[in-house]
Amino acid sequence: MSTVARPGAAPLRHRSIARRKAVDLTIKVLSWIGAWIGIAVMAFIVYEVVRRGIAAWDIAFFTQPTPQDVTSSAGGFANAIVGTIVITAVAALIAIPTGFLGGVYLAEFGRNGRLATAVRMIANVVMGVPSIIVGVFAFAILVKPLQHYSGFAGSVALAFIMLPVMARTTEDILNLVPNELRESGLAMGAPRWKVTMGVVFKAARDGLITGATLAIVRVAGETAPLLFTALSSPYWMTGLFGPGGYFGGPVANLTKTIYDFSGSPYPQWQTLAWGGALLIIVAVLGMNILVRLLFQRGKEW
Amino acid sequence: MVGTIVNDPTHTQAAVTVVPPRLEVAEARRGADEDFAALPSQISVRHLDFFYGKEQALFDNEIEIKQNRVTAVIGPSGCGKSTHIRTYNRIFNLYRDQRATGEVVMDGVNILSSQTDLLDLRRRIGMIFQKPSPFPMTVFDNVAYGLRQHYKLGRSELSDRVEDALKRSAIWDEVKHKLSEPGNALSGGQQQRLCIARAIAAEPEVLLMDEPCSAIDPVATAKIEELILTLKSNYTIVLVTHNMQQAARVSDYTAFFFQGHIVEFGPTTQIFSNPAKKQTEEYITGRFG
Repeated sequence: MSTVARPGAAPLRHRSIARRKAVDLTIKVLSWIGAWIGIAVMAFIVYEVVRRGIAAWDIAFFTQPTPQDVTSSAGGFANAIVGTIVITAVAALIAIPTGFLGGVYLAEFGRNGRLATAVRMIANVVMGVPSIIVGVFAFAILVKPLQHYSGFAGSVALAFIMLPVMARTTEDILNLVPNELRESGLAMGAPRWKVTMGVVFKAARDGLITGATLAIVRVAGETAPLLFTALSSPYWMTGLFGPGGYFGGPVANLTKTIYDFSGSPYPQWQTLAWGGALLIIVAVLGMNILVRLLFQRGKEW
Repeated sequence: MVGTIVNDPTHTQAAVTVVPPRLEVAEARRGADEDFAALPSQISVRHLDFFYGKEQALFDNEIEIKQNRVTAVIGPSGCGKSTHIRTYNRIFNLYRDQRATGEVVMDGVNILSSQTDLLDLRRRIGMIFQKPSPFPMTVFDNVAYGLRQHYKLGRSELSDRVEDALKRSAIWDEVKHKLSEPGNALSGGQQQRLCIARAIAAEPEVLLMDEPCSAIDPVATAKIEELILTLKSNYTIVLVTHNMQQAARVSDYTAFFFQGHIVEFGPTTQIFSNPAKKQTEEYITGRFG
């Protein structure tokens, strides 16, 4: 539409086009630089980790436990890999169903009720708590009373970090499902739980899976919560109870072992630490890619 | 400006201004020749008030919805049309701060009562929404959703009924080879007819249609209007619409809403040719709204 001057009105003065173009260009360049600084730092980290870590990746790395002293030539990270998988898996088993149901409550049932508002606020606060404090908390409730470190205490600490992430992600994803879909389901005479399970979850399926995976990725690289809980161990985890078991004593894990070995004076151990760092990066990247692939496959809905 | 139909009430409003002052009612004198009082009522609304939190949206609504007739609900945006029909199946109960007082009587029972079984109420009163909202499942499962919910059916009877509902919704020929494809893969107009099939498959008595054509193109709109005319022999239809030609084309009775009040209610022919109230006349001739 062309502008039509109102009778008697002063002619409109145009704003400088050159100036607008200059501002546009400046912002474009600045955001471009910002993006590239981020990407460059990331690329540098990945490059360094790959360059130094790949040397550690041999068969022993994935099959041998951590070396107990410098004199033993062989040694890998296998016990730490197993430990991290078990600790993280149990944490996920605790936190994902609980967090998921919590998120469902927030999005579908509690909404803006008093309880939901309180839960949401607490979840936001807990997400901001430094992970070392979560570690100390798990130490206080599980390690101190039982008088020993354990892999389970590590799982609980990680679960505590995952829980609010999972709940809030689930809530956000369910909120993306349009209300018309809920209304349509209810208008068919289906009870609320059936609409939630049969219609809303289906519509949000990809997002929910992504949320769960990202919650796992979020804790996969945590070190601080394990410092006071799972600690570390040069041995394989042996069974459930007893001094070397999951519930009974310190359990080897990737992040704490990387922390210990990277600070050691022995170049051989430092190389192993780089190898562990590479493994974590590859695992996190792998899970992210997996989620993306899943999303693409899920496009049919 | 091209008059494309988009999902934006302001556009349909703009189209109203070019409507000729007197609308033709396709089927001559529809609703005018019958004895309104003698017709059986499906739903009787009395003293209906509605509140969004503290804000009142409906004021003392009174209307008789007659069986096997199409009742159109017209009025400017925000006048309470949708709010009004959303009381019939109590769908507003999804939201905590919304409440209705008064009477919406069906078969002698006030459905606003807390004793009403909402699942059964919604089996008897189906609803079509403005935006086509197929469930994230196959075409077949969409139509079978209500059937499975309310009836015990064998596999062959289920598929017979799904086919029947799709046929009665004039979409069978377009989807008969796509029954196991996702419902969202259909076009907008097809999705809306799928939603109609889904609603009628459960054998309701009443169909509430909340601007069913405002998000779809003119050809699909024509199909749905045709469908409404055939469906009324089996169902009581309440149609909320922004499009006054549509109200004139398909309805027997028309209610004109303004600011939460029912300003005028009567046979469609009368509302469009000889409205009793000045506000109605001004609205249908496009002078406001």
